[in-house]
Amino acid sequence: MSIKIIKDKCTGCGICYESCPNDAIEFDENDLPSINENCTLCGICIDQCIEGALKLEKEEKFVKVNVADYRGVWIFVEQNNKTISKVVFELLGAGKTLASKLKVDLAAVLVGDGIRDLTPLLFQYGADKVYLVENTKLRDYRTIPYTNVLEYLVDKYKPEIILFGATKQGRDLAPRLATRLKTGLTADCTGLEIEERNLVQIRPAYGGNIIATIKTQTARPQMASVRPKVFKMPELGLSKDGPLIEETIELEETDKWTKVLEIIREAKKTANLEDAQIIISGGRGLGKPESFKLIEHFANCLNACVGASRAVVDAGWIPHYHQVGQTGKTVQPKVYIACGISGAIQHLIGMKSSDFIIAINKDPEAPIFKVADIGIVGDLFEIIPELIKKLSE
Amino acid sequence: MKVIVCIKQVPESTEVKLDPKSYTLDRSSSKGIINPFDVNAVEEAMRITEKLENVETIVISMGPPSAEEALKEALTYGLNAAYLLSDKAFAGADTLATAYTLAKAIEKIGNYDLILCGKQAIDGDTAQVGPGIAENLNLTQVTNVKKIDFLDEKTLRVESELEDGYKVIEVKLPAVLTVTKEINIPRIPSFKTARLALKKPITKWAAQDLDNIDKSKIGMDGSPTTVIKVETPTIQKNTVFLKGTPSQIASDLIQKLKERYFI
Repeated sequence: MSIKIIKDKCTGCGICYESCPNDAIEFDENDLPSINENCTLCGICIDQCIEGALKLEKEEKFVKVNVADYRGVWIFVEQNNKTISKVVFELLGAGKTLASKLKVDLAAVLVGDGIRDLTPLLFQYGADKVYLVENTKLRDYRTIPYTNVLEYLVDKYKPEIILFGATKQGRDLAPRLATRLKTGLTADCTGLEIEERNLVQIRPAYGGNIIATIKTQTARPQMASVRPKVFKMPELGLSKDGPLIEETIELEETDKWTKVLEIIREAKKTANLEDAQIIISGGRGLGKPESFKLIEHFANCLNACVGASRAVVDAGWIPHYHQVGQTGKTVQPKVYIACGISGAIQHLIGMKSSDFIIAINKDPEAPIFKVADIGIVGDLFEIIPELIKKLSE
Repeated sequence: MKVIVCIKQVPESTEVKLDPKSYTLDRSSSKGIINPFDVNAVEEAMRITEKLENVETIVISMGPPSAEEALKEALTYGLNAAYLLSDKAFAGADTLATAYTLAKAIEKIGNYDLILCGKQAIDGDTAQVGPGIAENLNLTQVTNVKKIDFLDEKTLRVESELEDGYKVIEVKLPAVLTVTKEINIPRIPSFKTARLALKKPITKWAAQDLDNIDKSKIGMDGSPTTVIKVETPTIQKNTVFLKGTPSQIASDLIQKLKERYFI
């Protein structure tokens, strides 16, 4: 298995060299490329080559199961202290679309203790059936028992797709389960489609600089964690009923289970960015950590939340929970004001769906202006104080 | 006690190296670095050596031969030894195959008590390999750990981050923990530890060096997920630029926000 260069098609333009994140492409004195041992077969060069001179030679060997044996779309219902996480409803909405295309049922999988009362809500948000496993040992989420329960259900009912919220819990459970089931898992998806009965999973990688389309073609179930806030909350439907499939599973606690001693909910230091109507974000253009005071002051005038770019969070100027972007939060406020943020793709991915985007930056070439509805090329230290002054009048 | 740290070499930055016109990765100034979260794992291993006696620390990485540079750098923090898993047969591995391969190597190293990983790598951002290693080795796991306290040689009390707080969890060793940036501030390796690192062994293992390895489970063959295509996103809006003095710009902007009833 390797990437082959079709010498007749190659023009020696060097685009592949530029695109390779691993320095795996070299050019000889005749301008002919070759691929060295650094190649990880990521495939970026293949996509970038305009001549079609690169191709992946691959044999499909991963055949583990008969995919036709697996039917149905499942949503894992994350709940904490008997409250269902919001992303679950978004997944029920997204899952409904997938299930209709596949002409199968959409099922919600509810695991915990004393959570039976949550089932009507799952039906109302679109589940055709609900799998319920209750056990006092499942009260708090713990990796091993939850994995054991899901493994049991998958082995018994064989779904073709399982979706998890890409939350801390979802991203702890899904990889453990996928490894147990020896199937594919795609992390933090931002798009899902169906193509020839396969789940098409779309996700950003390399800090959002690329968008990858990934399939799990020969293993089942196809598993994905899905980023919160990407899919819209579905409308709450009329109350309806459906089959409730209840399983009693014996669980024997071992040392491997861990003990949850305490769960600390920290008082939010800032209002929740994901729910904010207006966000004002600061980046490296602020010059120094103290300048965030200016952003905070500006935010107070508009009753807005303070966001930040990865660069300033990495530099320790502001805590990580302010971070907007690929590795931070995906936000969708009515108004997003980016101050001194150049607009790396990884940041843009987290805020480009905002309704109205304003960018203030000294550099007219800054990529942030590509997504902005209103651009202000200028010094934020001159413009923001004026805004504060006029807003306070 | 034996602590094994798993690291990944990643492109130096996923943030700044983007050609603003073509939206392709600009590779001109690139070099590989240790994934930043993995540096926190390396640092945490060193802190454990300072808290407890007789701690052996090992760093391991799977990747192309150039990943040796990342291991050399990890050794400058003071870890005892390094292992590089490099083989064409490992290339194209997704997280399932990567976790399997690393687990096989960890099994061969043996007698481990604690395995530390960064919470995710900044290139793939999957956060799946740590839990995958734990499952392969049938170990307990805690992800997103921001604090580790030893209650005794075999019991940890750790804090694991949540969206809105954290969980305090008691864990029996052996275990796999993935750590966040909050866990520590990595030291700057001293000249002395950096010089000592030059003498430390880096063992290189290919697929054939791993015991009982199932070749159908490594590399691209062992990977159930397939990358069908890769695109560079393009975004372009019709931006209206406000011009004038700062005062005029401020008035115009407030006007536009009011027109749309945002304020």
